[in-house]
Amino acid sequence: MTATLDIAPDSAPVDLQGRGQPLVDKTFRWILFLCLAVGIVFLAVLLAYVTIKGWPRLTPTLWENMPSLRRPEQAGAQSAITGTLWVIAFTALFALPIGFLGAVYMEEYANPTSRFTRFVEINIQNLAAVPSIVYGILGLAIFARALALGQTVITAGLTLALLVLPVIIVSTREALRAVPQNIRHGSLALGATLWQTTWRQTMPAAVPGMATGTILALSRAIGEAAPLLLLGAVTFISFNPTGPFSAYTTLPIQIFNWTKESREEFQILASATIVLLLVILLAMNAVAILIRNRTQKRW
Amino acid sequence: MSTALAESAAGGLNPLRQTRPRYGEKVIRVILFAAAAVSILTTFGIVISVLIPSLEFFAEIPITEFLFTTTWTPLFANPQYGVLPLIMGTLVITLIAVLIAIPLGLGSAIYLSEYAKPRARKVLKPTLEVLAGIPTVVFGFFALDFITEFVLKPIFPGIQVFNALSAGIVMGIMIIPTIASLSEDAMAAVPGGLRDGAYALGATKRQTALRVVVPAALSGIVAAFVLGISRAIGETMIVTVAAGLQPNPGPNMTLNPLEGMQTMTSYIAAAGAGDVATGSIEYKSIFAVGLLLFIITFFMNMISIRLVRKYRQAYQ
Repeated sequence: MTATLDIAPDSAPVDLQGRGQPLVDKTFRWILFLCLAVGIVFLAVLLAYVTIKGWPRLTPTLWENMPSLRRPEQAGAQSAITGTLWVIAFTALFALPIGFLGAVYMEEYANPTSRFTRFVEINIQNLAAVPSIVYGILGLAIFARALALGQTVITAGLTLALLVLPVIIVSTREALRAVPQNIRHGSLALGATLWQTTWRQTMPAAVPGMATGTILALSRAIGEAAPLLLLGAVTFISFNPTGPFSAYTTLPIQIFNWTKESREEFQILASATIVLLLVILLAMNAVAILIRNRTQKRW
Repeated sequence: MSTALAESAAGGLNPLRQTRPRYGEKVIRVILFAAAAVSILTTFGIVISVLIPSLEFFAEIPITEFLFTTTWTPLFANPQYGVLPLIMGTLVITLIAVLIAIPLGLGSAIYLSEYAKPRARKVLKPTLEVLAGIPTVVFGFFALDFITEFVLKPIFPGIQVFNALSAGIVMGIMIIPTIASLSEDAMAAVPGGLRDGAYALGATKRQTALRVVVPAALSGIVAAFVLGISRAIGETMIVTVAAGLQPNPGPNMTLNPLEGMQTMTSYIAAAGAGDVATGSIEYKSIFAVGLLLFIITFFMNMISIRLVRKYRQAYQ
């Protein structure tokens, strides 16, 4: 307990430019950088591993052939690809109009200070964090059994629509909020009604932001597997869906089914299908970023 | 009610005098309101769909037996319904995930917010966020096929093929972006004046980050932790694929992460994916576990939402 103890590196003098930092500070900076690097290196290893492992099966047979449990070296994922397209089409059909209109209500119409609006806001925030498997329970109890839609494309579409609804509402509201008030005021001052202003001025100006949010929400739905486990997608399906009331499987579920098989051929097949799924998702994300960068308007 | 809303919503911007009634506007308002109300119906639907079968379940199995006994064998010939092994499995895997995600997520957030140059940040942040966009079934496959096989087996030769450790590690990496980006938002909301004040007093960058910025952003950072934990508890595919489908064996429940474990979510997935008859006690057990899961995550989400509001109010 002498006075010299007080001269810890912490209290060493620092020049104004922040150069000549003590060793502790430099080490600290490196530790922080390593924290960030762990996530990024993990991502790189994951992508490299599935690509290398799946490479031998990344051939047209992957999308030309149907799944097969007897001949993994010939099996493909066509029914899963078409199933994903069907399910996502219905997800978009239900989620987009409801999401856009709900967001318009919250942002343009609702009184922001009312208790009801705040209740809806908190409710949406909570829904965004409800575990996806709980949506599967909702879909099972209400869409599949109570409404007797069964384990079909439409049940999956409805369930995933509710799952991504909070994402669409939140991103649409942000897009609407970024439209300057002047545009609304100008339109209203010219005698336009609130809906004419919203439909002809505010919403068109918010389209790029809404598109970005939509793509991100749908890419989440494409990768989602947990709720569909409860909704019949795990059944062995080797045919393409024929309509909204058809049985179906999707890419993440097909990957899950192959992962459960112990033979190495199935693990290779799973890797190849993962690469296919990731390429679709990364392409969608790239489009979203492109839209965002292209249309960043300075008002 | 509706006219009062209209006046306040438009902030007195309505035309001075309405020349003719516009019924279309009213219809549109009702349609928009209905769309917003779907989110409330969703919550209502979730509560109804887990609650009713759960109540039927608890009519047959006493709630005390469900919550406080230690054998979970609903799909066996002599079924027992003590949910504790599932809770233990969930806790063990979540704990591993949290031990990884909290330091790495917070470290990443401090680096991105306080140290990274704007150009580096513009590349690093979206790259880290790609992790959040990877489907969880892919993480599960990677945990089982790579982490267990090539990373953990050489270190722990006795590890089981399905184990809690690989699932926990990968889940931890999965929630890094959640924790990092919410914490970074909170730190970005800390006014620059506080940092300048610290520098003016002679603090180094590290001292400023750790003793000024992090404490000032603490409620937002804790909100990020809580939301990350809530996501870990609710995560299904990673545990279903990589941690196995055996419940954490009762009556002497193991805490050994090298063994397989079943969580609340992976039980729901396993039982729901099988063909259980509607109305049977196995079928209802899915909903009882679902109710428990919903209640736990609901409280965590509410805590997180409250904390975020708190820091927003403090700095805006």
